[in-house]
Amino acid sequence: MLRLPSFKYLQPKTLKEALAMKADAGPDGMYVAGGTDLYPNMKRRHQEPRTVISLMAIPELKRLEGWNVGTCVTLTELSNLPTFQHSYPAVAHAAALVSTPLLRNMGTLGGNLCLDTRCNYYDQTYEWRKAIDFCMKKDGHICWVAPSSPRCWAVSSSDVAPVAVAIGAEFLLVGPQGERVIPAGRFYHNDGINYLTKQPDEILVEVRLPAPDGWDAVYHKLRRRGSFDFPVLGVAAWVRREGGRVTDARIVLGGVASWPQEIPEAAAALRDGELGDDAIAAAAAAAYRPAKPLDNTDFDLSWRKQMTRVYVKAALEELRQRRG
Amino acid sequence: MADGKRRKVGRSEGGSTTPGGPSNRPLVQPSHDFRVVGKALRKVDATAKVLGVTKFADDLSLPRMLYCKLLRSPHPHARIVRIDAARALTLPGVKAVLTGKDLPIPFGILPVSQDEHALALDKARFVGDPVAGVAAVSEEVATAALDLIAVEYEPLRPIRDHLDAVEHPEPRIHDYGDHGNLHKLINLEFGDVEAGFAEAELVREDLLFFEGNTHLPMEQHAAVAEWSPDGKLTLWSSTQTPHYVHRALAKVLELPPARVRVIATTNGGAFGGKSDPFSHEIVVAKLAMLTGRPVKITLTREEVFYCHRGRHPTLMWVKTGVKKDGAITAMHFKSLLDGGGYGSYGVASTYYTGALQTVTHHVPRYKFQGARAFTNKPPCGPKRGHGTPQPRFALEVHFDKIAEQLGIDPADFRLKHLVPPHSLTANWLRIGSMGLAECIRKVVAGSGWKERYRKLPYGQGVGLACSSYITGAGLPIYWNAMPHSGVQLKCDRGGGVTVFCGSTEIGQGSDSVLAIIVAEVLGLDPFDIAVVAADTDLTPVDLGSYSSRVTLMTGNAAIQAAERARDLIARHAAPKLEAPVERITFVGGRVFDAASPERGISFAEAVQLAEAAAGTVGTVGSYTPAAGAGKYRGAGVGPSPAYSYSACVALVDVDPATGIVRVPKIWIAHDVGRSINAAAVMGQIEGSIYMGLGEALMEEMAYRGNRNVVHKIPSLLEYKSPTTLEMCDVITYVVEDPDPNGPFGAKECGQGPLLPVPPAVANAVYDAVGVRIDEVPITPEKVFKALRRKEKGEEPRFGPLGFPDLPWPEPTRVAPPWEGGDGRAGEGGRGREKAVGVTAGRRR
Amino acid sequence: MRPDSKAKIAFELNGEPVEVAFAPHKTLLEVLREDLALTGTKHGCELGECGTCTVLLDGAPVLSCLVLGLACERRRVKTVEGLAQGSRLHPLQEAFAALGAAQCGYCTPAFLLTADALLADNPSPNRDDIKQALSGNLCRCTGYIKIYEAVELAAARLRGEKAEPARESLYGRR
Repeated sequence: MLRLPSFKYLQPKTLKEALAMKADAGPDGMYVAGGTDLYPNMKRRHQEPRTVISLMAIPELKRLEGWNVGTCVTLTELSNLPTFQHSYPAVAHAAALVSTPLLRNMGTLGGNLCLDTRCNYYDQTYEWRKAIDFCMKKDGHICWVAPSSPRCWAVSSSDVAPVAVAIGAEFLLVGPQGERVIPAGRFYHNDGINYLTKQPDEILVEVRLPAPDGWDAVYHKLRRRGSFDFPVLGVAAWVRREGGRVTDARIVLGGVASWPQEIPEAAAALRDGELGDDAIAAAAAAAYRPAKPLDNTDFDLSWRKQMTRVYVKAALEELRQRRG
Repeated sequence: MADGKRRKVGRSEGGSTTPGGPSNRPLVQPSHDFRVVGKALRKVDATAKVLGVTKFADDLSLPRMLYCKLLRSPHPHARIVRIDAARALTLPGVKAVLTGKDLPIPFGILPVSQDEHALALDKARFVGDPVAGVAAVSEEVATAALDLIAVEYEPLRPIRDHLDAVEHPEPRIHDYGDHGNLHKLINLEFGDVEAGFAEAELVREDLLFFEGNTHLPMEQHAAVAEWSPDGKLTLWSSTQTPHYVHRALAKVLELPPARVRVIATTNGGAFGGKSDPFSHEIVVAKLAMLTGRPVKITLTREEVFYCHRGRHPTLMWVKTGVKKDGAITAMHFKSLLDGGGYGSYGVASTYYTGALQTVTHHVPRYKFQGARAFTNKPPCGPKRGHGTPQPRFALEVHFDKIAEQLGIDPADFRLKHLVPPHSLTANWLRIGSMGLAECIRKVVAGSGWKERYRKLPYGQGVGLACSSYITGAGLPIYWNAMPHSGVQLKCDRGGGVTVFCGSTEIGQGSDSVLAIIVAEVLGLDPFDIAVVAADTDLTPVDLGSYSSRVTLMTGNAAIQAAERARDLIARHAAPKLEAPVERITFVGGRVFDAASPERGISFAEAVQLAEAAAGTVGTVGSYTPAAGAGKYRGAGVGPSPAYSYSACVALVDVDPATGIVRVPKIWIAHDVGRSINAAAVMGQIEGSIYMGLGEALMEEMAYRGNRNVVHKIPSLLEYKSPTTLEMCDVITYVVEDPDPNGPFGAKECGQGPLLPVPPAVANAVYDAVGVRIDEVPITPEKVFKALRRKEKGEEPRFGPLGFPDLPWPEPTRVAPPWEGGDGRAGEGGRGREKAVGVTAGRRR
Repeated sequence: MRPDSKAKIAFELNGEPVEVAFAPHKTLLEVLREDLALTGTKHGCELGECGTCTVLLDGAPVLSCLVLGLACERRRVKTVEGLAQGSRLHPLQEAFAALGAAQCGYCTPAFLLTADALLADNPSPNRDDIKQALSGNLCRCTGYIKIYEAVELAAARLRGEKAEPARESLYGRR
């Protein structure tokens, strides 16, 4: 049986207590929410915290106030909330597409937003990684996906993150230095190792969703099976429309880079026009060009790149259809 | 055809139960109306399973038990220069460390390939090959100790796959085998195929590839060993083949077999993956002997991938000549298997890729060339369908193409020229009952084939395929003349009956089959029967739960034992009932005179009469299949007491924009001969469709080419097993064409229905979008590429492009039965000797 | 507390209060199997990738391989051992046994518990609801079909209907 290494487990009741515990634990301390990402990683010796600080007993993190969502709300709760299904169907839908019903009963919004980047040279046991002489992301020096590259190319595999970026959500972080609010898009780095701008001692407390006022968004996910699997491609498409015209748009891809990859060229192709066939085709083509999937997830990479076009088109067509 | 009569067991040409004894001829003719057989019955172990109280191997815990972990090679191919375990032994809690030199005697499932060591002796042959074993007070300590074992390796060039093996005879992975890194080369010719091709009106060649995949039982292999100071070893293991594990343990540990006891715990799924004796079983046994404490090992999921023994990746070339009406004039089939690092069942697997081409459609002249390569990957072996799903895929896709070229509906093509029942094939396989025509008619009618084939809108399609599978291998794995299955029966004076049999419950329902059959013969309720199975101390040998042999072989043995008990009891009950013994009938827990059923006694009273008169009431039964008709070298693989038949129609949706294939529905008809437990038959068929669907669409053993030939995805997340959301609807037709060799006519149903699924899906994809995917699994990438090729006017196909030249030996030439042969190899062939195949144990 | 010294928690297990001491890094799966000897809960990967270790935590099906034992303090856990009422099988257990929905039986406890949670939530699930609810549990034996049929049968009986398995699902078409 794969087992966890030994560690100290703490269950603070307040944010303040959690921050203090992290300060005490130092770099060997880590926060955990649902545990569905951290514990498998710990069993494979990706992360080896000596102290694990659970955030699940902190009431503020489970709060739902208006359009502000505490990050320890489970993915099941998020996908089942009637207000969400109505006002933020893309968020609810993305949450409902994460892994399996069992995992969604445990996994949280915050956990999915902070999901460790994935790579099939990395998401392996210690023994397996030893057989390839490890990789840059943990215990080694080379990125086997791109051996001449100075950086790690592990893939952002969150379903909710591309949606959060696309709809322009904001994240409230609390750390030893106090609070800060940043746009979702600035929460991520395009680097497989340092993929978050969040400091290790900061806690992602709340997601602030924009008021549902005249915009619409969809999320499409490509994977092998209808459950379990992480996205090999996620397409979050957001548009603001006035009359029949698109006044603003954002297309964000998941599963193709180390962060949710915004494609401004695709958005530009949609702006100031109808959501017509030509605009959709232009946006899909624009998304296809910069998408550079690498050979570190399920499926052949050239096919995944081809699918960018198909999935962006399908997402935009759904948006068009949903109008009215 | 289904005449409802139970043929006499034991005297047909197809097999024999032990001769002699008073009950050789049943005294009491059974009624044609079965009381238990054929009903949908709750399995005898179902209640324990739904309560969660069934003990699987990892559920066992013994006082003072230690835990074992194995250190595995990080190199695919390396010489072991030095191992130093001194540091590991100093870790508190570590009780013993073993390395290869502690277990130097080789073993392997086949006598011809005793090429495994419990721990690599001088060489590691794949990433994951065990090199050292630790026993410690906890799994945590054992795991920590692994890191303290220093192994110095001298890496060798790894052989990546079958083509690499052909190109690189050196460095050799093993120092035996037919040629370089080619483990086995087979060349068999039954009649003059060139003459057959000359007579043909259409000759077609196709190349196909079937990727390897694995069993993925939900239960990870586990074993517990206990050593008693009086020199007795007990091993509990999740194995399908306790008898072979028993032999391997005795051999490697140099223990008298009488002092070794192997108990197969209920398997949490197996599918062929628990049929070999494994390193971990031998290592925990040795560690228990060394430490004097029980030792347990439970493999991680990743380690289960390293045990593997799954489907061989197989490259195939097939050439068939046909007349305009579809009659086959000749067939030539070549296969090249990627075997992995060890022999396992591989020689048999290789023969199987050429054995069953002849049992569905009449092939008058047939040539088979098969080769198996050693490669530096986990060993391949027997997975559900053992060696036959690959050629069946090739054949049924090939037939689909031929039918199209001839302008014949593929269903009609298949209905013509079927192998007749009770006949011999070109390669001397003896066919018994043959319900394939009925199977085809059922799925054609049920699926609306005639309204759908070539008539559905673009993107939707239907495909049809047929198949056949053995009901038990005709020969044992090691050559011997003893029964393949034995049953002992004990009748208690309280009316209870206990059946003892070495067969192994792997979820297929073998315990229930024993109970049902004994209950049928003795007129009892199956729940009155206690089943003691799979314990080498308590139960007579059954060779194991593989090759779909259990229902037929243990079933026949159980019938014999039960009929002998019935005979014995009837003889002593007859005076009391004042009726001739021929009229004594056993029904509903009563024993009575058939002429006046009210004159009867309870079964328990009847047993008491027998026990008073003749002593303890116990009987035995056994079963040995008849010798095969073929007498050439290689004829050992393929013969079976009975062949099951299946036909399948798959409905697919193909998205031309992505190449994604979905299978909403499958119609399957399976000729099971006779259902023993109707509900279990349904479960086996549906489960086979599931596994076939996974193989057709997504399951594959993938390896990294650029990094050390590591398994790319040894996890339940990335090895794609279909979920509820991928599984199709299944419409099942049960066809019963009783076979004279089967118990009450029964044939297998646990493997055969898998076979037609991949080709039916491939043929349906062609019907849907007009591209041929000549490779399994049929992934979106392949369909997408083929669609782009079609758009560009290139060949609308994805599949292999060539078959390498191989150093084939001179063919063994055997005349087919209709050319007057006697099943022996002719002049000029190398198969003059009488030996029959791999089981003869001859090693060249 | 030292990381390796045992921690003790109290929680409700199958309707009864229990106290158990275990190494603090142990998962609920390990605590159930090793410290409470309830081996009905199985495991297939220990990474949350198969659903075999499913138990109900406060009524919701979760992966016990990824729940820390310490996180269960004062919570409600239900395992397969808690399904039967005395010596009477739960209707789901009864239906699984009758239809052969348990073949090897290894994934069965997990399916039973996931289905139990589904029926508590939705007494009349349609086939799609069942597929969705069970989509996090892998079974290699059955192809899921007998499992769906068993859940439907149990649901009907729990609703008080006199339901029997369909002849076709036990005997196929002939």
